[in-house]
Order: sequence, then structure tokens, then C-alpha cells
Amino acid sequence: MSAQSLRWWSWIHKWSSLVCTVFMLLLCLTGLPLIYHHEIGHLLGNDVEAPALAPEVAANPPKANLDDVIASAKTLYPNKIMMYMSQELDEPAIWNVTLGDHPNDEHYKPIAVDARTAKVITEPAFEGGAFMSTMLRLHVDMFAGLPGMLFLGFMGLLLIVAIISGVVLYAPFMRKLDFGTVRHERSTRLKWLDLHNLLGIVTLVWALVVGATGVINTLADVLLKVWQATEIAAMIEPYKDAKPLVTMASVDAAMKTAVAAEPGMQVGFIAFPGTPFATPHHYGVYMHGDQAFSSRLYKPVLIDAGNGTITDRRELPWYLTALLVSQPLHFGDYGGGWMQFLWAVLDIATIIVLGSGLYLWYKRGRRAKAEARQDKAVAGVQPVLARSGEQA
Amino acid sequence: MSSPFMKLWGVPILLGILTVVGLLSALFGDGIWDALSAVTLGVPVAVGAWFSLRRKPG
Repeated sequence: MSAQSLRWWSWIHKWSSLVCTVFMLLLCLTGLPLIYHHEIGHLLGNDVEAPALAPEVAANPPKANLDDVIASAKTLYPNKIMMYMSQELDEPAIWNVTLGDHPNDEHYKPIAVDARTAKVITEPAFEGGAFMSTMLRLHVDMFAGLPGMLFLGFMGLLLIVAIISGVVLYAPFMRKLDFGTVRHERSTRLKWLDLHNLLGIVTLVWALVVGATGVINTLADVLLKVWQATEIAAMIEPYKDAKPLVTMASVDAAMKTAVAAEPGMQVGFIAFPGTPFATPHHYGVYMHGDQAFSSRLYKPVLIDAGNGTITDRRELPWYLTALLVSQPLHFGDYGGGWMQFLWAVLDIATIIVLGSGLYLWYKRGRRAKAEARQDKAVAGVQPVLARSGEQA
Repeated sequence: MSSPFMKLWGVPILLGILTVVGLLSALFGDGIWDALSAVTLGVPVAVGAWFSLRRKPG
């Protein structure tokens, strides 16, 4: 690599990292508890468990009528309206119901209802309690809504630039060293440079994937709006002159209609009229598979909330499929306990890479100033690598 | 691993491939695929930890 291109890549690496490092440290630190949100919820007593049924009932658990499930939830908040109800694949005994003052209520009320008996189990803590909710909001948008989300997405793009330029710089720094060399004995700065290179190259692919899928996730709201404006708008074209709904069709019947239309699939969640996943006149019943990969892909069935018939059903567009597939790759929640643990270790390794990068920049700045003073005395330009003492 | 290119990039490429295998295998299956994922993702983590923490004698 010529001295000129080395200087150019160093400049890219320095500035792309410097701009995003503080935010990446925030994301790594807040992301750490989010990896273990289930376990932390359990420790804090915020997780929801379905009550045990009598053995003869538990052997063949009944399925409660969804209209009864909704009615139970509404007894807690008679004046609120249904927003969503969802079910997790590994917890078929619970319906997670959300009620709000309007279909886009950010301060919705989550209610867990027994899917077998239609009895309210509990009102779970909002977003897993104050601590987890704060971590989540800091991680997603820093309490700044869509602008905050898109800003973090841009920081993620800078991280990707920093990673790629870091890989380019790995070559000149490591050419004369064996893989994994850490020079403890020379100087603190050299030791941290070696650790920065080692942990950077070891976490490279993971950090790229988590960074890129994080960027995709920041576009979720935008992608959803695109979908609403195009495909959903097309699906409900016949309803553009329809009067507001007066009576609502049975949700239980709507669910059964959707299940019959998509054999082999299960209900992931039901979006109620007016929410971003439905229309003012439809229930959106979102079906998904029950296998590792197919459970990530949803197929919406739009059901007329007035008469309970199917209006349309189609595959999600590629960009929403990409979003749904990118989510597990960002969360690390799809491979069990070992994956969670490795996600946490890789997260900590990334914190070390970020921290050592900051330290090296600080040290190098001081060294450059000292050398600038020297250069005044001793005229002459030294090659970049020799100046920073990276060569063995 | 004799060429200068492979001396420099051999291990990083291998670790990169293992990471990709680890990230994808758990996505497309459960059980044995989760175990494969744990092993293949675990190698780069173990390599990073080993070289970071070891002190060469002398």
C-alpha cells in the first residue's frame, strides 16, 4: 500500500470511528441487558407465566374464544380500544393484548390473557419495567422518535465504514506479525494497538452483520409507511368510499377464516382497525410458520372487520421480509442460551475495540503534536508507519 | 498458509467463514443447528480470548 493511500484510509478510519464511537458505546452498553431481557424480566419478577391448569384439563388444553379473550382484557379498561393481540410460538397459553386510547397510542396498556380460559393473567410491566424500557428506548431512538432512530441508523453506516477501513488498515499493521500477536512488553500503546487489531479482526463479520441489520431495523417505520402507501392502499382500494365501521365482526371467526385460508400456518398477531398493520376497515391477521425460519416470515390476511370475509392476502414485499429476517440477526435471540452468551461476549469485545480505538486516537494525537515540535527542529518527513511505530 | 497473503489473511478468513456459518445455521434450524451455531460462533470468540489473555514467556 502506498503511503498516500495509507494516509487516506487512516483518515477515513479515524473520522468515521470518531463520529460514531460515542453512540456505538451507548448501543453496546444498552444492548447488553437487552440480550438478556427475558432473564432480567424473570429476575425482576416482570415475566408472565400462564397458571397451571388441573391435570385433566392441561392434558388437552382448551382454546378460548378470542372474543372472550378481548372482552376479559377490556374489563380492565372499558374505554380503551383494541390495538393488537399476539401470541408467541413457545407460549401458546397466553394472548398478549394491547389496548389504547386510539390505534396509535404509544402509551398502550399491555394485558396478558390466558388463551385457554380467557381469564386475565396480569398486566405486565410496560416494555419490561422502567430499567429495561429505558435501555430499549436509548438503544432504539434515544427518546427522540423517528429522527433519533434514523440518526442512529446513520451512525451505524459510519460504523460499517469504520469496520471496512479498519480491515484495509489491518494489512499494513499486521504484515510482519503472526496472527494474534500482542506485544505486551514494548509499550502500553503498542499493546492496545495489537489488541484493537486482534479483537477487531476476530469480531469483524459479527460486527458487520449486527451493524448492518441494526441499520436496516432503523428503517422499520419508514418501510412500514411505504408498504401502507403502496400495497395496503391497493388492497383496500374498493373501501375508499366506505362508511366508518359501526359493528365489528367476530375476531374469533376472522381468525378461523384466516387459519382456514392458510393451512399449516399459525396466527402470529392480529392488528385491529386503524393500526399501522391493518386498515380502518380491516383486521390484519398475520400468519407465520412454526419452523425456525418460517416463523420469522409473516403473511398478512386482511379481513373485512364489518362482515368477516377475506378481502386480500398476499406475501410481504421483499423489503419487509428483509426487515423481518434482519431482526434475529441483530438480536441474537434465535439460537438459545449459548448464542445469547456469545452475543454478550462479542458485544463486550466490541466495547473493547471501541474503547481502545479512542485511546489510540488520543495517544496518537499527543504523539503527533510532540513530533510536530521535533519536526520543526529536524526537517524531514518520515513515512507514516515508521512515525507511528507500528512495524515490529 | 505459506504465501504472504494466506499468512496475513488465512486465520481472519477462516474465522469469518465460521462466523457466517454460525449466524446462518441457527436461523434455518433448531436443535443440532443451534449447537453447530454455538460451536462455529464460539471459535472466533475463543480465539480472540486466547490471544488477548495469553502472555508469551519471555
